[in-house]
Amino acid sequence: MRGDLLDVRELKVVFYTYRGIIKALNGVELWMNHEERLGLIGETGCGKSVTSLSIMGLIEQPGEIISGDVYFEGKSMQKMSMEELHDMRGKKISMIFQEPVSALNPVMRIGFQVAESISRAKDIKIKEAYPEVLKMLELVGLDSKRTASLYPHELSGGMAQRAMIAMALSSNPKLLIADEPTSALDVTIQAQIMELLDELVREMGNAVILITHDMGVAAEFCDKIAVMYAGNVVERASTVDIFEEPLHPYTKGLLKAVPKIGQSKELVGITGTVPDLVNPPTGCRFHPRCPYAMNKCSQKMPPLIEAKPGHHVACYLYTQEGEHNAN
Amino acid sequence: MGRYVLRRLLLMVLVLFGVSVIVFFIVHVIPADPVGALLGGNAPPQLVDQMKHQLGLDKPIWAQFGDYMLGILHGNLGISLKSNRPVTQDIAEYFPATLELAIFSIIISVALGVVLGILSAVYRNSWVDHFSRIFSILGVSMPVFWTGLILLLIFYYILGWLPGTGQLSLFTIPPHRITGMLLLDSILTGNWEAFRDGLAHIILPAAVLGYSATASIARITRASMLDVLRQDFIRTAKAKGLSGRVVIYRHALKNALIPVVTLIGLTFGSLLEGAVLTETIFGWPGLGRYIVNALLVLDYPAIMGGTLFIALMYSLANLIVDLTYAVLDPRMRI
Ligand SMILES: Nc1ncnc2c1ncn2[C@@H]1O[C@H](COP(=O)(O)OP(=O)(O)O)[C@@H](O)[C@H]1O
Ligand code: SF4
Ligand SMILES: [Mg+2]
Repeated sequence: MRGDLLDVRELKVVFYTYRGIIKALNGVELWMNHEERLGLIGETGCGKSVTSLSIMGLIEQPGEIISGDVYFEGKSMQKMSMEELHDMRGKKISMIFQEPVSALNPVMRIGFQVAESISRAKDIKIKEAYPEVLKMLELVGLDSKRTASLYPHELSGGMAQRAMIAMALSSNPKLLIADEPTSALDVTIQAQIMELLDELVREMGNAVILITHDMGVAAEFCDKIAVMYAGNVVERASTVDIFEEPLHPYTKGLLKAVPKIGQSKELVGITGTVPDLVNPPTGCRFHPRCPYAMNKCSQKMPPLIEAKPGHHVACYLYTQEGEHNAN
Repeated sequence: MGRYVLRRLLLMVLVLFGVSVIVFFIVHVIPADPVGALLGGNAPPQLVDQMKHQLGLDKPIWAQFGDYMLGILHGNLGISLKSNRPVTQDIAEYFPATLELAIFSIIISVALGVVLGILSAVYRNSWVDHFSRIFSILGVSMPVFWTGLILLLIFYYILGWLPGTGQLSLFTIPPHRITGMLLLDSILTGNWEAFRDGLAHIILPAAVLGYSATASIARITRASMLDVLRQDFIRTAKAKGLSGRVVIYRHALKNALIPVVTLIGLTFGSLLEGAVLTETIFGWPGLGRYIVNALLVLDYPAIMGGTLFIALMYSLANLIVDLTYAVLDPRMRI
C-alpha cells in the first residue's frame, strides 16, 4: 500500500449527459499518509472536485465509478455497506466547499447544523450537542452564542466558511477535504481562513487534501502536491520538488506563471484549449498541447511511474522508452 | 413584517374594489331583465315600474353603482330578489358548507399530492413516478363534471359503496347548527351518527373537487424536490454522514415545500371556483350552488354578492399563504 490513510487506485468516473459520456476521471492515482497535507492542483474541469467526491463516496447520478477503487485506511470503499459509508463520512472524513453560504441549509440555524454534525460523529442526541457547538464555534473565531442562532443568509462568506470548518472539524476527522475553500471569498478573508485552517489542523492532527487554484497557497500550506490534467494525476511529489524541479511538461507550463515560491499568483493555463472530456485526446491527454509530444504519446496513456525517489510522473519523457529528454 | 401585512391588506382592498367594479358592470350590461324574470312575462306595466323603482333600477347606472359601493362599505350586499333576505345572511347560511368541502378536499389534496410528489422525485422513473405522472395528467385534463359523473356512476350507482348526493342521508338527524360546517358541528355536539354519514357524503365531492389540485401539487412538489436535491447544502448533509431518509425529510423537504405553499394558496382559490360545478353535480348546499341558482333567476344582488365574497376569500387565502412563507423561509422574514 502506497499511503496508510488513503489510496486511490486507477479510478475511472464517467457522467452520462445529453452531450454524451463525459470521461471525467481516467484512472486517477492518488495516495497519502496520516497527518499529511496534499495539494491538488490543475485547471478548472480537470476533475479535482470529482476526485474529492469519489473519496467521500458521493458520486451519484448521472455519474458512475466504472472502475478502480478508493481505499481508506486499507478498506475498499466499493465494498463498504451503506452504513459503513455513512459512518466513514460522519466520523472519519469531512469536507468543506467553495461556496460556504450555499453549502449551508438556508432554513436551519447554524447552531443546529453544527449540532447535527457533532451528534452524528459522537452518537449523541442533537440537543445534547449544544455545549460542544458553542465550543466549536468559538474555536473557529465566531461569536458563538449569537452565530448559533443565525441563519446562513445572515452570515458573510467568511463567517459561513468558519461555520463550515467548525462543522467539518467537530468530528476530528482523519481526513479533511477542502475544495477551493477560499476562492469565493475576499482576498483579506482568504488569508484569515487559510491561517485558521493551518492552526486548527496542526493542533488536531488531521490530514488535509487542499484543492486550490492558488499556487502560492498550495506551496505554503501543503507538504505534497498532486497535479491533475484532464482526469489524471500527472505528477506527484513533495512541494519543494514540484516547485523547484517539476518534471511533467504540463506542470512546467503551469509554473511559468509563478516566478517564486510564496508569491501568490493565480494559475494561468497553457496555450491550447482544455480538452473536451466527451471525446478526449487518445493516449496522453496532454499531447495536443505538449511541446515534447512524440508519436507514442497519442497511442497509449503513459503510466504514473516513480522517476526519482518520491517523485512520480506520467510522461513518456521519463520512461525507458522515452526517446529524448526535456530541456 | 407589520408594514408588509399592511401593504398586502391595502393591495387586497384595491383588488376587491376592482372585482366589484367588474362584476357590477358585467351584471348590469348583459341584456337581461331581472324584473321580468322575477314577475313573469305578462305582469302589468305599473307593477313592473313600481318594482324597478323599488330596486333602484330606474336610476342611471352610475347612481346604481354608487349606491352599491356605498352599501358594500357598510357591509351591505343588498337584498336577494329570490330569498328576499340580505345577501350577507344568505352567504352566512351557504358558505360554511362550501368552506367545509374546500378545507376537506385541500387537506386530502395536500397530503396526497405532497406524498406522491416526494415519492416520484426520490424514486424518479420508477413505477411510482410513472403512476403519479399518469394520475396527474388525467387530473389536470379531465373536466370536473366528467370526473364527478364517472365517480358517481362507479361508487354510488354500480358499487353502492358511497351515498350519491347531498350532505346527509334523508333520515339522519342533522347536528345543531353552530359553525354551519356539518362535520365540525357533529363533532362539537357529539353527534357521531351525523358525523359518520356526513363523512360518507363528503368523500366523493371532495375527491372530485380535489383531484386536479392533488395533481398539480404532486407535480410541483416533484419538480421542487428534484431542484432542492441538486443544491449544495444537500451535498453537505450527505457529507456529514446523514442517512438518505434524514437528508430527504430533514434537509430537503422544508426547502422543497416553499414553492408548494404558494400553489396551495392558488389552489384554494380554484377550489372555491370548482365548488360551483361540484356542488351542482352533488347537490351540495353551498355557496357555489347558491350562485348558480342566482344566475338562473337573474338574482343580481346575490350574483354580485356571492362573487365578491369568493374573491374576498381568495385574497385572504393568498395573504395567509404569503405569511406562511415567512414562517417556512427565514430569508423572507423582514
Ligand atoms: N454532476 C455532473 N454532471 C455532469 N458532468 C459533471 C458533473 N460533475 C462534474 N462533471 C464533469 O466532470 C469534469 C470534472 O469536473 P470537476 O471535478 O468539477 O472539475 P474541477 O477540477 O474544476 O473541480 C468536468 O468536465 C465536468 O463537466
Ligand atoms: S507523454 Fe508525451 S504528450 Fe504527454 S506530457 Fe509526456 S511528452 Fe507530452
Ligand atoms: Mg471544482
